[in-house]
Amino acid sequence: MSILDWLSKKQKVSPQAEKLNIPGDLWVKCKSCSEVMFIKDLEKSFKVCIHCEYHFRITPDERLSYLFDKKSFKEIDGGIKPIDFLEFTDTEPYKKRIELAQKKSNRSEAMIIGEATLNNHPINVGIMDFSFMGGSMGSVVGEKVTRIIENAIINKAPLFIFTSSGGARMQEGITSLMQMAKTSAALSRLSDAGVPYVSILCDPTTGGTSASFAMLGDIHIAEPGALISFAGPRVIEQTIRQKVPKGFQRAEFLLEHGMVDMVVKRKDLKQRLLDIVTLLGVQEG
Amino acid sequence: MNHLEFEKPLIELYEKIEQLKSLSKTSEINLDQEIEKIEKRALMVKKDIYSHLTPPQIVQIARHQNRPDSLSLLHLMSDSFVPLHGDRLFRDDPSIVGGLASIGGHKVVVIGHQKGHDTKENIYRNFGMPHPEGYRKALRLMKMAEKFKRPIVTLIDTPGAYPGIEAEERGQAEAIARNLKEMAAFTVPIITFVIGEGGSGGALAIGVANKVHMLEYSVYSVISPEGCASILFRDATKSDLASASLKITSEDVVRLGIADGVIAEPLGGGHHDWNAVSKCIKNQIVSDLKLYSKMDPSDIMEERYQKFRNMGQYSS
Ligand SMILES: [Zn+2]
Repeated sequence: MSILDWLSKKQKVSPQAEKLNIPGDLWVKCKSCSEVMFIKDLEKSFKVCIHCEYHFRITPDERLSYLFDKKSFKEIDGGIKPIDFLEFTDTEPYKKRIELAQKKSNRSEAMIIGEATLNNHPINVGIMDFSFMGGSMGSVVGEKVTRIIENAIINKAPLFIFTSSGGARMQEGITSLMQMAKTSAALSRLSDAGVPYVSILCDPTTGGTSASFAMLGDIHIAEPGALISFAGPRVIEQTIRQKVPKGFQRAEFLLEHGMVDMVVKRKDLKQRLLDIVTLLGVQEG
Repeated sequence: MNHLEFEKPLIELYEKIEQLKSLSKTSEINLDQEIEKIEKRALMVKKDIYSHLTPPQIVQIARHQNRPDSLSLLHLMSDSFVPLHGDRLFRDDPSIVGGLASIGGHKVVVIGHQKGHDTKENIYRNFGMPHPEGYRKALRLMKMAEKFKRPIVTLIDTPGAYPGIEAEERGQAEAIARNLKEMAAFTVPIITFVIGEGGSGGALAIGVANKVHMLEYSVYSVISPEGCASILFRDATKSDLASASLKITSEDVVRLGIADGVIAEPLGGGHHDWNAVSKCIKNQIVSDLKLYSKMDPSDIMEERYQKFRNMGQYSS
């Protein structure tokens, strides 16, 4: 077995990291600055490049392990599965795309939801998985977002949703579009219930996901360099027939334009979330 | 008037009728019988064409240059109409129109996407593609409706929210999301009509309604057929196939449980008879509002909430 095969089996390395086959050691090349580093060092730094601070895309499991108390995550409704109700086929049948994504990720859909604790504070958590069909929102993702919101309305613990999604899932047609309304409506009830909702916008958060629950947090936190937009840069360039400026629609750009509260490095995120929960969370005791 | 490609056999018959008419005038030969025969044939051909429309043909009708627009329909169906402007934050977006109206005796707040009928109008209206300030204007008007307990009527007709640099800078995503959230909580009834193109989030942003009606030849879609073709099919020329796969016609959207009903259009499409279209919409508004006038405000909100809460197909 080659190192590459072994790596892909372990699924430890984000697809953006270029794997180098150097015997004896495991190295990664940063996609942003092209510098090379030990995988171990990359993992120790929360999958952030030790040279340029480029934030690699990470899996839901990695996020859970970086932030929450060990083994505290209890998944909710992990068994909801997508169905191909439009019998949609593009370059490949939707059914096949689902199967492939499920096999690759070992998950049934592009999002996990559940309860976890953050330094013993109970938290409702939703995490999107960009590697599962681009984190696209179809019926299942919409349903899971809604259910974790409803869970928070009942248990009153703060809600964190980590978004990483290209938008609505085209293969479920107009029903995907309606998930925007469904999730946003549920958030209006969460507001009424007085439960804090922190939206953590990760790379990328675009289209129907940004134009619904991702942009409706009480507090918006963006990961450094994350692409956050309604229309993607390519669509805009085609429409206006010119290049978009550098840094356009990146986290720092959104901070400047008042759309997010802060841009927080991955290594600082846990402390920030703890501070927010302490300052805004439901009174204890 | 511009004709659609699939209407060609019909147009040829119309031209023949015109020729015969002028011939009978100049030559003083009575061709009435002949003309009547062709007119009958034309009607049959028309009925035939319009009973076998494909999804891409319906998209063409939905985008027709002479498709009735929101403002014209509002003027036609309102006993009185007071247009209102601006979001009070940035500017007035001509892609979204709205105001106070009386329709069939009901005092309502109306909002709609606005397209133009020629290039000049379309440039002014930005082809019906709103910026964030358009959605914020819509929200301002809807909040006024809630305050004064006036039902809300919205008309959807947009290719989508505008994908531009300034729209992104001012928070296009946030503006759309905000409307979705706020619309869910209003206690006044919201009645929506998709009158032409229902383009994605930019359409939905004024469409979280108790009742969603679609004109017969309107479409409602998560993405334009062209966008879907280039992204999913990796081939921009496959938009016809994409329009069929996405299930965007009024019939399909009703079958999927997303829209409540189809409003029949005059034979040959609404662009031939705006007045007839406005009457059908007006009748629907009157009958819907009669229903909601007897309903408790909190039930009206709950009905709308549950309607969207239950949308989605999955296996558990
Ligand atoms: Zn780097």
